Amino acid sequence: MSKEPVRNAIRDAMAEEMRNDPDVFLIGEEVGEYEGAYKVSQGLIAEFGDKRIIDTPITEAGFTGLAVGASIAGLKPIVEFMTWNFAFQAIDQIINSAAKTHYMSGGLVNIPIVFRGPNGSALQVGAQHSHDLSSLFINIPGLKVVSPYDSTDAKGLMKSSIRDPNPVIFLENELLYNEVFEVPDIDYTIPLGTASIKRSGTDITITSFSRGVRAAMEAAELLYKKNISAEVIDLRTLRPLDTETIINSVKKTNRIVSVEEGWMSSGVGAEIISSITSSAFDYLDAPPERIAALDIPLPYASNLEKLCIPDKENIYNLCMTLF
Amino acid sequence: MKQDNDFSYLIDLLGGGRRLAKNLSSFTNLTLNEKTVYSWKQQGIPDKWKPAIIKLLIKSGNDVPELFFPPGMNIYNFNSSLSESNVLLSKYKDFKRDKITNENIKSFHKNMLFLRRFEEKVGQLYGLGLIGGFCHLYIGQEAVSVGIEAAIEKDDNVITGYRCHAHLLSRGASPYKILCELMGKDEGISKGKGGSMHMFAPENNFWGGHGIVGAQVPLGTGLAFASKYKNKSSLSVTYFGDGAANQGQVYESYNMASLWNLPVIFCIENNQYGMGTSIKRASAGTDLSKHGESFGIPGYAINGMNPISVYLGALKAVKWVRDGNGPIILEMKTYRYRGHSMSDPAKYRTREEVQKMREEQDPIEFIKKELLDNSIYDDEKIQNIDNKIRAEINDLADKAKNAVLSKEDNLYKDVLFYGEDN
Ligand SMILES: Cc1ncc(C[n+]2csc(CCOP(=O)(O)OP(=O)(O)O)c2C)c(N)n1
Ligand SMILES: [Mg+2]
Repeated sequence: MSKEPVRNAIRDAMAEEMRNDPDVFLIGEEVGEYEGAYKVSQGLIAEFGDKRIIDTPITEAGFTGLAVGASIAGLKPIVEFMTWNFAFQAIDQIINSAAKTHYMSGGLVNIPIVFRGPNGSALQVGAQHSHDLSSLFINIPGLKVVSPYDSTDAKGLMKSSIRDPNPVIFLENELLYNEVFEVPDIDYTIPLGTASIKRSGTDITITSFSRGVRAAMEAAELLYKKNISAEVIDLRTLRPLDTETIINSVKKTNRIVSVEEGWMSSGVGAEIISSITSSAFDYLDAPPERIAALDIPLPYASNLEKLCIPDKENIYNLCMTLF
Repeated sequence: MKQDNDFSYLIDLLGGGRRLAKNLSSFTNLTLNEKTVYSWKQQGIPDKWKPAIIKLLIKSGNDVPELFFPPGMNIYNFNSSLSESNVLLSKYKDFKRDKITNENIKSFHKNMLFLRRFEEKVGQLYGLGLIGGFCHLYIGQEAVSVGIEAAIEKDDNVITGYRCHAHLLSRGASPYKILCELMGKDEGISKGKGGSMHMFAPENNFWGGHGIVGAQVPLGTGLAFASKYKNKSSLSVTYFGDGAANQGQVYESYNMASLWNLPVIFCIENNQYGMGTSIKRASAGTDLSKHGESFGIPGYAINGMNPISVYLGALKAVKWVRDGNGPIILEMKTYRYRGHSMSDPAKYRTREEVQKMREEQDPIEFIKKELLDNSIYDDEKIQNIDNKIRAEINDLADKAKNAVLSKEDNLYKDVLFYGEDN
């Protein structure tokens, strides 16, 4: 094991896959000479050169479409969005071109491509730069949606995403890039579509993903002090969702709270609770609950911003109402 | 016998007095009645209307008689939309230096200095942790906003990207409210909910403050569309950067603006870098003022480090647009001294490059020299003005620091609009 920040884990995954497969390349704004606006691609241009680490103009719709075209022709692009907010410029190419082509062609054409970048809110960057796109993408058949929390998962899931023959949406988080976690020294991958139990418990299940996992773990610690044993599930992949792991957990704990940093309406929590009520209804001892960002565009002022994203206290308080 | 310079028949060619009056009015947004057009049959067609008439002739597939063009105008190949508009533009005289009064120079100086000191203060406050998030300073580019503002009217519309503090100030928005916004205060221009990148001042016809690179360009085109739709004489100044100039929606906007003859000045602030990427690495054609050519939009580049050049160049563009000729592109060659935002290590350019621009092309140093050379001010007066501006900004900043934070009841307000009274 060695300790690595999430930023490096993602970079190392890309580098290893690029070494193994000459068809893999990275394209996006400032990924090359600047080494990434958030330094995720640090060192890559030195190793792979500008043929495979490609700086684009600010032209998201164009380079996303170009990358989808290249993957139609057999290449395996990794498209970096400086942040996912800017992918709205390119959303048509992701949804209409990347997600639907395999189906529309009756399986004749496939699109092996990874779209990645930091997702969700950072600190005080305002409404247009703080969008969490996870629930938007889980609505789309033809996409896989991944959103890791720690370095081990980020690396293993990134490698699987690059090898996957389908379009994969890979949602990172700026505020996790600097967080350091252990990473195995061996060559490994983590299969898409599998959740991970971060902490096992018997009294309540808390699901989350990405940065929300940290708040969920902290809330579990607070609950523990009240003699409540919480099981924390890191979803890791949002589509396909590992409902089996969630349902098995609820069968044991009989309570569930879903935590997400995006908005509540038609969100990840809605999807999880719907699965639980149809598959494990009889096991529930309390209504399934969810917590999410306030239902407003994210304000700039830091005192207001803090009120918008669920923290450990909010999660703890919600859990306590279920007993 | 018809004389060589009798062009009254063109009026009939274009459908007669009533039709032509109507077409010219809607084409140019100026009002014109049927009688006036009939009177041209006797008195000749005034020069002012000739450009629009030439455009109509070309549009309707008619030849333009060579003598109808004023002397010196080159009409070869005028069927391409590019040459057509360039031919017309060449009829517009350049505004000359003699147009500049001492008052102009004084106000350029004062306004640019205010922007500079304001942004320096913002940089300091950011360093102290009183401002957060993304914050993009305008230092180095002051001549652009100041020169343009001098050439337009208050009821013209202005829109830009996230580097917006200066444009707001130039429009006349309150520096105190901007400082409050930057510090997330309740008195902020967006109640603390927008921050550095998202500020709006409808009373000053300033429409943001947009964080998505290039997105303001169709919006600005829409402002122009609304002016034309409502028969207003106002135009839209739509600012964007050299990096933004690569977004597809810029070209979609050029096309619509030209197709529908919209009163918009596309003002490209070419500071030579889009974040860490120099224009040479991002644009296949770096002559940004020429990017409208295939849409028939003329344009020219201006030294954006010189407020006098900006002002004179903008006057011509304003006249062009107000005469009903449709859009124009101004490329301001300018430079930002600071990083792209506050968190930019700026390894993509050398210190020397920045230093050289500061020393040789600084717009404020330039205008100071104008003041001194023309004996408008002496050194002492210039120093006094600077001191006064610094003191004013310090006071405003201190007051803003002590203002209350954005209140919690702002959280749920303004998601949807429920009418003025709610
Ligand atoms: C659609 C979109 N893509 C990327 C970004 C990130 N970004 C913010 S500013 C910027 C550079 C823009 O450069 P330019 O248009 O030249 O304006 P300047 O900053 O030089 O004023 C980039 C890439 C963004 N905000 N929006
Ligand atoms: Mg620029």
